[in-house]
Amino acid sequence: MKKRTAIIMTSLLLFGCGPKVSNETPIKELLTIGGPSGNELAQEQVFRKNNGSDPGTLDPHRAEGVPASNVLRDLYEGLVSEAANGDYIPGVAESWSISEDGKTYRFKIREEAVWSNGDKVVAEDFVFSLRRSVDPKTLSNYSSMLYPIKNARDVVLGKLPTDKLSVSAESENTLLIELEEPTPYFISLLTHSTTYPVHPPSVREHGSSFTRPENMISNGAFTLKDWRIQDYILLERNEKYWDNSSTTLSQVYYYPLDNPDASLRRYRANELDFTDTTPSEQLPWIKKNLKEELKITPYFGSYYYGFNNTKPPFKDNPELRMALSLAVNRTIITDIVLGAGQIPAFTFVPPVKQYQGKEPGWAKLTQDEREGLARELYAQAGYSGSNPLSIEIIYNTSENHKRVALAVTSMWKKVLGVETKLRNQEWKVFLETRRLKEETEIFRGGWIGDYDDPYTFSELLHSENEMNHSGYASKEYDALLRSASLKPAGKERTNDLLQAEQIMLNDMPVIPLYFYVSQHLIKPWVFGLEGNVMDHHYSKYVKILKAETAVSE
Amino acid sequence: MSNFRFVIGRFLGAIPTLLILICLAFLLVKSAPGGPFDFERSLPEEVEANLRAAYNLDDPVYLQLFKYIGDLLQGDFGPSFQYRDYTVTELIATGFPVSLRLGTAAIFLALIFGSIIGSIAALNQNSKLDYGVMFFGMIGISIPNFVMAPLLVLFFSIGLKALPAGGYNGGDFYHMILPVVSLALPQMAYIARLTRGSMIEVLSSNFVRTAKAQGLPTRSILLKHVLKPTFLPVVSYLGPATAAIITGSVVVEQIFGLPGLGRYFVQGALNRDYTLVMGVVVFYGCLIILFNLVVDTLYGFIDPRIKQNR
Amino acid sequence: MKKSNSLLNDAWAALSKNKAALISATTMVLMVLMVLIGPLFSPYAIDETDWYRIATPPTLFDGHIFGTDDLGRDLFVRTMYGGRISLMVGLVATMVSVMIGVTYGAVAGFMGGRVDALMMRFVDVLYAMPFLFFVILLMVFFGRSIFLIFVAIGAVNWLDIARIVRGQTLNIKGKEFVDAARSGGVSTIKIIMKHIVPNLLGVVVVYVALTVPQVILVESFLSFLGLGVQEPMTSWGALVNQGARQMESSPWMLVFPAVFLATTLFCFNFIGDGLRDALDPKDRTRGND
Repeated sequence: MKKRTAIIMTSLLLFGCGPKVSNETPIKELLTIGGPSGNELAQEQVFRKNNGSDPGTLDPHRAEGVPASNVLRDLYEGLVSEAANGDYIPGVAESWSISEDGKTYRFKIREEAVWSNGDKVVAEDFVFSLRRSVDPKTLSNYSSMLYPIKNARDVVLGKLPTDKLSVSAESENTLLIELEEPTPYFISLLTHSTTYPVHPPSVREHGSSFTRPENMISNGAFTLKDWRIQDYILLERNEKYWDNSSTTLSQVYYYPLDNPDASLRRYRANELDFTDTTPSEQLPWIKKNLKEELKITPYFGSYYYGFNNTKPPFKDNPELRMALSLAVNRTIITDIVLGAGQIPAFTFVPPVKQYQGKEPGWAKLTQDEREGLARELYAQAGYSGSNPLSIEIIYNTSENHKRVALAVTSMWKKVLGVETKLRNQEWKVFLETRRLKEETEIFRGGWIGDYDDPYTFSELLHSENEMNHSGYASKEYDALLRSASLKPAGKERTNDLLQAEQIMLNDMPVIPLYFYVSQHLIKPWVFGLEGNVMDHHYSKYVKILKAETAVSE
Repeated sequence: MSNFRFVIGRFLGAIPTLLILICLAFLLVKSAPGGPFDFERSLPEEVEANLRAAYNLDDPVYLQLFKYIGDLLQGDFGPSFQYRDYTVTELIATGFPVSLRLGTAAIFLALIFGSIIGSIAALNQNSKLDYGVMFFGMIGISIPNFVMAPLLVLFFSIGLKALPAGGYNGGDFYHMILPVVSLALPQMAYIARLTRGSMIEVLSSNFVRTAKAQGLPTRSILLKHVLKPTFLPVVSYLGPATAAIITGSVVVEQIFGLPGLGRYFVQGALNRDYTLVMGVVVFYGCLIILFNLVVDTLYGFIDPRIKQNR
Repeated sequence: MKKSNSLLNDAWAALSKNKAALISATTMVLMVLMVLIGPLFSPYAIDETDWYRIATPPTLFDGHIFGTDDLGRDLFVRTMYGGRISLMVGLVATMVSVMIGVTYGAVAGFMGGRVDALMMRFVDVLYAMPFLFFVILLMVFFGRSIFLIFVAIGAVNWLDIARIVRGQTLNIKGKEFVDAARSGGVSTIKIIMKHIVPNLLGVVVVYVALTVPQVILVESFLSFLGLGVQEPMTSWGALVNQGARQMESSPWMLVFPAVFLATTLFCFNFIGDGLRDALDPKDRTRGND
């Protein structure tokens, strides 16, 4: 019975898998996109995206996370917007001027800007919204992003009332914002949802329910038609949007599928036009079978393992930290374990604009040489084969994080003989464990820049930053950061930040592993999206081209 | 009259059950590590304090419990921690119909097909048909639905392009076929086995043999003497079958992306949405109690001996 | 005592006539031997990664007879170790539920009257809990140690066996030889040990054989949610989950663990059925598997 069973089962399973590894299909299907001219549009202008998860809320001032930002980007428009390639372009503000000292910004709100119910968008709306955003009663968890604005910090901490925020309407269409320091990345901040305007009468009338589909009045290219939890979010074209004539789509669907395998299946069945990511174990298959549709772009993010520098064994032990960092073969992680084109990182801040981190000397050695050096340092730190280091890596539950952790564990074992335990926790628990710094020895860290300036990464390791989970505290580092924050954009500021990074890399409080890439599968009939380093995509640029399949021999 | 008292008695007995359920779930959820307000960007203290106050998280646990039960009695399951603009009541109201649709269809499918298949096997005992059915039964029980579901999708959605690979789409027929089948298969197999075993037992019982020897027509034998005792164990299996369907729905909803309570529950547990998790547990608890009540009553009607014994 | 002996003899006679059960039992013995000894025949360790042999199909050449997984680890060794874990979880969790359930049920059945009513009422209460939800909650909230898996599943699963045992106890209690023992002045404990427990063995053994496969499935279900055994340990459930994700590109990752899993489930079910037929043919109509 067993043998028969086994044979039948095996053949059932294999048969059920269909033509697997070969990409020769008996009937060749030709897909023509855009008709004969290549530009013809499909009749139905509907764009279906997988968003990875449901946003917690669609209140721009309380939202957090990439999924929420993606939807909000289509619903609302801030003072500044972005082109498809990520360049900053005027949004609701048609122009702006910056004072000489870099601390005063004046925005001219465009005349044609209106809300989806026809009300004009005025400077007062932004005053209302920014005050709301920093108001501690709004319960926003991103209000610290607005600290560059004068008095924002004190308002958030409850020390000043909201009307002391240095934002005012000089006239119906002129908005004045004053900053604490010249903040070169302030324009970039203004594309973040915490700075979006909300419709004051709606908020006054509905309170926090103004985000419901039946209540929401927004000023972006789309309005919220429906939100069915764990099912989909449906956006519809906003005919009143000032640039509506450039919008082609009539509807956008956002799906909250958090299982990348299920999402891949739906994509292959043509139920999705766009996936938010791809399962990394399937990448070899995807590269072979969906090569044209896989879009990989450098993404402004850094993946690292942090040491808990406040406790042994890593406290005051730079040799050990360096040894562990050297023993990791980053190329194997990026090319084999993950395989999407991630970039091995020897510095912490990903390259952006004028900033290019200077790689430390050991980056130029071969991996073998690095491993040799690692062994020396390991021995110097007092460990050996008979006295191996025993540590634990904590990461948040995810298939990818698990694979990286397994890879690093195996490398440390092979090269140094380190015994590593792995522990994973869900996101919320992980955040708490990491923050408390009591149980952690090595923890996984990943940071996506909030704005396209190196400072968003540099400040992570500032000794007073609550997100400095490694406990790194270096006076020189802090001083250089302070010095940089007082300068306007330019070579001097960049040099300060570069220097700070050098100091940090010598201390190795974290192990930089790789720089992110964004990986999307996009159907060939989706036109208008471009890869950009912040991975911000606006549906207003998207057109769905006509797609016809012709069967040929 | 004894029927009525029976039902009332069971109903009243369910209340302490429910209370214990609520308390247990509440305490469990409260003692878990990781709070709902842990975000990547640490909250300024002031804001965190406001958040905790808004959700009554600083009151002593027993006070929170009382308030919760009080609210429950008014049908208020509290605000969701995850979906900050929605209440748990709303979430359950939208999620439950989905799971209900899925589960009921699955139970019916399992019951009807399982019984038919099992009966056919029993009536053709030891034939090739019988072995075939038993083999199918074994497959259904041994292949977990998180393997079966992707296989079905691979074959029907991607391969044949005949059925959707996921999504609810308002619960239309095509979108429900694969999820319902994936969910029903293990139970169908189980019920088939159960029916077959039970029917074989009954067919070989003295009672039936006597009837046959007396020359009664097969059909009337089947209808009058065989059906009821055969399906008795199947009816009593309905309870566990429903429980299995509820738990199986968690997997199926996840794989097919259906917005049902199973999915809400898992997401809620992972995201520390206390109120949602509690709401789902209490809700399902009520359902199960209700269902058991119905089954018990049904059983009591079918087999009068049982009622006497209580 | 004489009665138990002839019961066992009858059981053995009936069982040996059941071909399916016999083959299943033999298969299980072979399976256990295989998972225990198998890894010795392979040069690879359970967590040994080989970056240049990622997801390779089964081959005889380099010893990867089941192929490798997506991190280059040998699938044969992992399937064997996975088997150890799955079988262990199945047995231990079942034993936990047996210990709790048998004690509870025997006491309730034997004490009878108000005590019995109260105890079974409590069981009814617990029956209403969506038990798997509680297991999920426990695993999510209190970490993912394998120990917790045993306890969580076992502690939540004992209700069925408690009910069965209680029913059986009531049954036996009413029999003449027990009355005789009682009126003869034999102590309660002795009665329980000498007369009741041996007669419970039948139902318990059937229960164990039919519950182990359920528990193994529950563990694989937990793995699906990410809550099962954690790396580098693995179980058939975890392997099947990983394999299901890559069934198109690397079908061997699914097929081998799935075959082992399915075979084990088949065998336990056949053995359980066979035992039940042998020990108490009337029991089949109860439907409480």
